[in-house]
Amino acid sequence: MTDDELIWRIAGGSGDGIDSTSQNFAKALMRSGLNVFTHRHYPSRIRGGHTYVEIRASDKPVKSRGDNYNFLLALGDSFARNPQEEAYYGNEEIKPLSENLDELREGGVIVYDAGLLDTDEIENFDERVEENDWHVYDLDLRGLAKEHGREVMRNTAGVGATAALLDMDLQYIEELMEDAMSGDVLEANLQILEEAYESVKNDYDHTHDLRAPTGDHDEEQVLVSGSHGISYGALDEGCRFIAGYPMTPWTDVFTIMTQHLPDMGGISEQVEDEIAAASLAIGASHAGAKAMSGSSGGGFALMSEPLGLAEMTETPIVLVESMRAGGSTGMPTKPEQGDLEHVLYTSQGDSNRVVFAPGDPAECYEQTRKAFEIAYNYQIPSIVLYDQKLSGGHQTIPEAVFDEEPNPDLGSIVTEQDLEEAAHEAGRFKRYMYDAEGDREGVSPRSLPGQKGGNYLASGNEHNEVGHISEDPTNRVLQMERRMAKLDSIREELDETTDHQPVYGPEDADYGILSFGSTKGVVEEAVDILNEEGHSVKAMNVSDIMPFAKADVTEFLEGVDEALVVEMNATAQFRRHIQGQLGRFGEKLYSLLKYDGNPFEPSEVVSGFQTHLEGNADVSDYNVRIESATGD
Amino acid sequence: MSAFNAIGEERDIDRDEFTPAIEPQATWCPGCGDFGVLKALKQAMPEVGRTPEETLLVTGIGCSGKLSSYFKSYGFHSIHGRALPVARAAKLANPGLEVIAAGGDGDGYGIGGNHFMHTARENHDMTYIVFDNEIFGLTKGQTSPTSPKGHKSKTQPHGSAKSPIRPLSLGLTSGATYVARTAAVNPNQAKEILAEAMEHDGFAHVDFLTQCPTWNKDAKQYVPYIDVQDSDDYDFDIHDRREAAEMMYEAEDALYEGTVLTGRFYVDDERPSYQQEKQQSGDMPEEPLAERYFDEDYEWERSYDLLERHK
Repeated sequence: MTDDELIWRIAGGSGDGIDSTSQNFAKALMRSGLNVFTHRHYPSRIRGGHTYVEIRASDKPVKSRGDNYNFLLALGDSFARNPQEEAYYGNEEIKPLSENLDELREGGVIVYDAGLLDTDEIENFDERVEENDWHVYDLDLRGLAKEHGREVMRNTAGVGATAALLDMDLQYIEELMEDAMSGDVLEANLQILEEAYESVKNDYDHTHDLRAPTGDHDEEQVLVSGSHGISYGALDEGCRFIAGYPMTPWTDVFTIMTQHLPDMGGISEQVEDEIAAASLAIGASHAGAKAMSGSSGGGFALMSEPLGLAEMTETPIVLVESMRAGGSTGMPTKPEQGDLEHVLYTSQGDSNRVVFAPGDPAECYEQTRKAFEIAYNYQIPSIVLYDQKLSGGHQTIPEAVFDEEPNPDLGSIVTEQDLEEAAHEAGRFKRYMYDAEGDREGVSPRSLPGQKGGNYLASGNEHNEVGHISEDPTNRVLQMERRMAKLDSIREELDETTDHQPVYGPEDADYGILSFGSTKGVVEEAVDILNEEGHSVKAMNVSDIMPFAKADVTEFLEGVDEALVVEMNATAQFRRHIQGQLGRFGEKLYSLLKYDGNPFEPSEVVSGFQTHLEGNADVSDYNVRIESATGD
Repeated sequence: MSAFNAIGEERDIDRDEFTPAIEPQATWCPGCGDFGVLKALKQAMPEVGRTPEETLLVTGIGCSGKLSSYFKSYGFHSIHGRALPVARAAKLANPGLEVIAAGGDGDGYGIGGNHFMHTARENHDMTYIVFDNEIFGLTKGQTSPTSPKGHKSKTQPHGSAKSPIRPLSLGLTSGATYVARTAAVNPNQAKEILAEAMEHDGFAHVDFLTQCPTWNKDAKQYVPYIDVQDSDDYDFDIHDRREAAEMMYEAEDALYEGTVLTGRFYVDDERPSYQQEKQQSGDMPEEPLAERYFDEDYEWERSYDLLERHK
């Protein structure tokens, strides 16, 4: 067990304030100088049911949830004691304890609410405690909370107990409480915090060794989620219009944006469905605003139609797709990377879109900005593809990531002066000109409704240069080729201006690991472990999904004997995409797949790699599967 | 570039300005009611006083969707049933535009029915023209949401068991603040109604009866029509929801019995448009959003300034 890190898990029922409590505690750890990574596990219900939040804190960089955890605060599910008899089922009350024990590390610490949980009800509890050298502290957190305030404040008592057991200073926690609350509520919480702290300090023998690590940041850190990264990236690109329909986990971006847009002179619209949402983004963009929409799997399916319309009318929009476990409604609150092919190929005709898959909150910010820039410069829809894990999971990143100038440029818009001299036909502007001059191949000049001399018809039908419907074969080929040429020029520009596909680990390593999106951090930690063990491994997290980063991935794969493709789905969609895009390397690529609704842990990637090396490629367990190389 | 011209002053406009210099060969059938809509729209434009450049016509798919090809303005030929969400966002982004949406009865009351309901509910300041010929035309004559009960077609060979949609009542109950019905066979009334609809500050719904001589041989049913405003037989308060609803009900029942009642059925001048409501609640900027991108002095806020809550 490594004790240079704390992985604190707070467990209870949904609606018990687990999330807000953990947010504050995570911030307190960050303020004390540590790097923090959070992971939310919650059921698809509003109140009750087993939920937990894990906070991993270390003075070293933390890029994943880590392996298992070493401190459990089990609060008890207050909604399991629903007075309506029929709503009560099973022994849910002990879940915050029993559900979490399997993943508690040896030597770990358990604090549980003796007012709500009874260890007698858990099979072999005492034996397991002894076997694993766990250190158990039973506190009447609920009683303490009730005594000084309200029952729900038992979270605060739990945090106070945690601080005492880990030898933490209460200062940061108290400051955060003062920011978040006021009046009697604040007073009661502060009192409960201090009482819990004192009683644990004075009344219990501390048998465990675990202490909060100490750290010191070189630069100011912020604790943000991937959804914050995406939202802030959009705002800094001048996005001032968003339309959406609530769907987990996309709702994160939708609500963050909506929180800020009115005060920033922007517009947010919650509309009747996702077809409308994406269509509104198109309408706003057509009229001259920077616009976005988005959804998750099922909602994105409805956007298939307007997505094609945006491609055909060459209206720039940015769509966010936050993946959750599918198919159909799947598991709404669980991450998966199963929508890759859906996002790449949905909508009729040849796909003509850009897809970025950022791997952490900082990349979410940078690549959303890139997605807007590309969309508006090239008049093409861009999609930012991420997942439930990255959507709600918070991570400490340097504040400086966001210290960038806004870019409100609409891109490729002509001026009214230009329009006076520009090519027209039948009184209409040649908006879809075949051979427009400019640095960006395939991009024709765009006018905005309201501009004098710029009128044209934007049509989802195949159209001629001024937009009129046309089934002329020559026009068809010219327009198709012009639209498709954009992807090549975008690829060229990306290769020249960005480094989305950095290699992690030793350049000359024998083995490679490929991943996309949110598995980035977990793979990097696995690479560190494998290299420490004497293996020779490097990794590449691919963000440029479409147009695909062919040159970078080819170079990476040419240099390794074999590569493990790590992804959270059952059918190896990303591996298939790599093979399809590169047309080779099939014999080098084998897969590590996980699709049980939980993100990878570093040890799973490590053992997946080792299992393959030992020649047991067909070894599978219930939640991780290895698939051997398939050939081209 | 020069300042982006988001809002124009009303001015004298000639209807011919809305005709493309070389008019594309209209692909509507001879005798099609759609010609009547095009003509009425062009005639109504001078009364509104917006130039083609300040006008955005968003259409759906089908014969009606081709309106944007034959009407010279900024046009957006979208997809089946989706004209309204495209149009209303364009209006929000640039309220200076004269925004008109148009679609057919299948497009507007069938596949786009949900958007119709919600756009009316929000009372966006725009005009929605529904070409109502009780048939799917471009897909060759299938039963539509306004086809009468018992209507036989290739997709309902034994006659439709469905009652038709009640477009006027639907517009009213959804929240449209101007509801009218006119017909291609009465160009003068059609022109007046379209001009009124565009001048109206809110969601104006015009159910436009268009005969389909090819697929709906009963098109003659639209002649003769009765104008409810001109006739002494129909006396109701156009500003009273209940009276308007009753009148609509009568008109909708009568249509399938051969009596075509047209005219204005409901007008609410009091209710603010969605855009005004949003501006009043601080949910939308006073200045057109689209104009901001051309204002060199505008200071764009940075996300960096929002980070306090994350520290």
